[in-house]
Amino acid sequence: MDYVVLLKQVPDLAEELEIDADGTGLDREWLPFVASEWDEYALEEALLLRDQGHGGTVTCLALGVATGEVDELLATCLARGADRVVKVGAFEAPPDSHTAAAAFAGALAHIHYDLILTGVQAIDDLDGQVGPLVATRLDLPHVSVVTHIGLAHHHTTVTAHQEYAGGIVAEFEVQLPAVLGVQTSRETPRYAPVSRIRQLMKTATIEAMAAGGGPGSGLVIEAMAIPETGSSAEMISGNTQAIAERIAAILAERGIGTAVAR
Amino acid sequence: MSGDIFVIAEHRDGAILDTTYELLGRARALAGQAGGEAVAVLLGSGVAGLAGSLGAAARVIVVDGPGLASFSPTAYQAALVPLVRERQPALVLVANGGSGMDVAAGLSAALDLPLAAYAIDLTIDGNGPLVTCQLYAGKIQAKVRFAGGRGIVTAVAGSFPAEAGMSSGSPAIETIAPAATDDRIRFVDLLRPEAGDVDITRESVLVSVGRGIGEQENIELVEALASALGGAVSSSRPIADLGWLPRTRQVGKSGLKVKPRVYLALGISGAPEHLEGMRGAELIIAVNSDARAPIFSVAHYGVVADLLDVVPALTARLGG
Repeated sequence: MDYVVLLKQVPDLAEELEIDADGTGLDREWLPFVASEWDEYALEEALLLRDQGHGGTVTCLALGVATGEVDELLATCLARGADRVVKVGAFEAPPDSHTAAAAFAGALAHIHYDLILTGVQAIDDLDGQVGPLVATRLDLPHVSVVTHIGLAHHHTTVTAHQEYAGGIVAEFEVQLPAVLGVQTSRETPRYAPVSRIRQLMKTATIEAMAAGGGPGSGLVIEAMAIPETGSSAEMISGNTQAIAERIAAILAERGIGTAVAR
Repeated sequence: MSGDIFVIAEHRDGAILDTTYELLGRARALAGQAGGEAVAVLLGSGVAGLAGSLGAAARVIVVDGPGLASFSPTAYQAALVPLVRERQPALVLVANGGSGMDVAAGLSAALDLPLAAYAIDLTIDGNGPLVTCQLYAGKIQAKVRFAGGRGIVTAVAGSFPAEAGMSSGSPAIETIAPAATDDRIRFVDLLRPEAGDVDITRESVLVSVGRGIGEQENIELVEALASALGGAVSSSRPIADLGWLPRTRQVGKSGLKVKPRVYLALGISGAPEHLEGMRGAELIIAVNSDARAPIFSVAHYGVVADLLDVVPALTARLGG
């Protein structure tokens, strides 16, 4: 079984996001980028499946974007156990999902795969999720919001669990090759020491593949804005004791927390 | 093209899902401006009886076939692509969920129709449809239009009132067979969560924790507070994924929808998926160290502080 994982970087939400001068995009000048959380689950799941005894290889494809640190991302994939890493395209800024999907689909024409895993979503996929877009371009079956993947011995199908609201799950039998959008991995994504990543960035082979022009999202962004937060909330300030007093009083007004036996 | 607004209906256990009614209500309200009708598209096997539950639609297209007895991404795609290509609706509305993501992105790529994802609002003005979408875990909102005027929208659950889509009526029903089938994804079974020790949908006080809890051992602090308040502990998704609390305690899109009298959100940033499950609580008090956390946009009271400071102090104050 040969696995391919599709990854990209997204802005680090630990930092404050700002809107650019046009008011239609993010101000990316100083923005740090991190691997998209769900893509990391996809990688972890691919590594676990390979190491379950069915063997095969894990190839990671990541979008080459000037604003991020794609080499570091791919070196991290190698440090975690990926067999091969490929940088796809050379974009000035993070491309929309349709363009990203076209780039991945182009690269996948040159790579052998049985199962393609990617994050179910990303925080910036305004025009839809990359997984099903890639799958449709390649005419492959795809399942989104996958919480469990089970291999069959014959390697012609996998079992995938798709999660719905309320924790209800559908079990599917999926014919390979296929694309799965991973919601979560069985294990927390494994740790790779920074020293190892740094070393691999110097010594490892990071392949590169060109990407043709994408179709674009077909969306016209009129405006982006940071929604007013806290506007509806009455903010409670003061020291810890004062805060506890105030919350206790708010709860007591509703008869909650007052009936405690003393 | 027509001015019709298609709503892809979702159903389970012989009932239409609320998210479908939310979209149908919106489609009905906008159909006039779009110059067409609200059309529900119902896929299934022997589901004609369900069409009567879609009275808010002007028309219902029932796509009936044995391969559509349960949702399958490939079977739905095979049935929907030719239908949307032929009928050319102005808009296709899909609920943003497990099956909706497959359907919407699949249609978008197959038909070259743009897709606006994570929508929380949809209007139509002189320039056509205008979609408000959530990005960056709810920290940014984008207003977008479709370059060609037509497109697909996946909407976040709870964005529109379901009641508006539940009105009774006698829509014209058209039953067709799927133009194509694709069984590369075969439905096997529907698995339901086991009942937990606590049913968080019935608790009047929920003390809910998120990533801000930091360490598993800190869950004890929250349990002590819940006990002092006579409530139960619930969580956001990451805590359930880590196995620190059972899945049955998870609030949100993939967890449970709760409406307690009091919801204490501790160290929960308030991603759209979480807000979907708890915004209906009567009183929401949020404690988060990030003043910009989206949870404060739905909270009635907010505290910018470390929950590890506030929780023990509050528990002590309550005599717990």
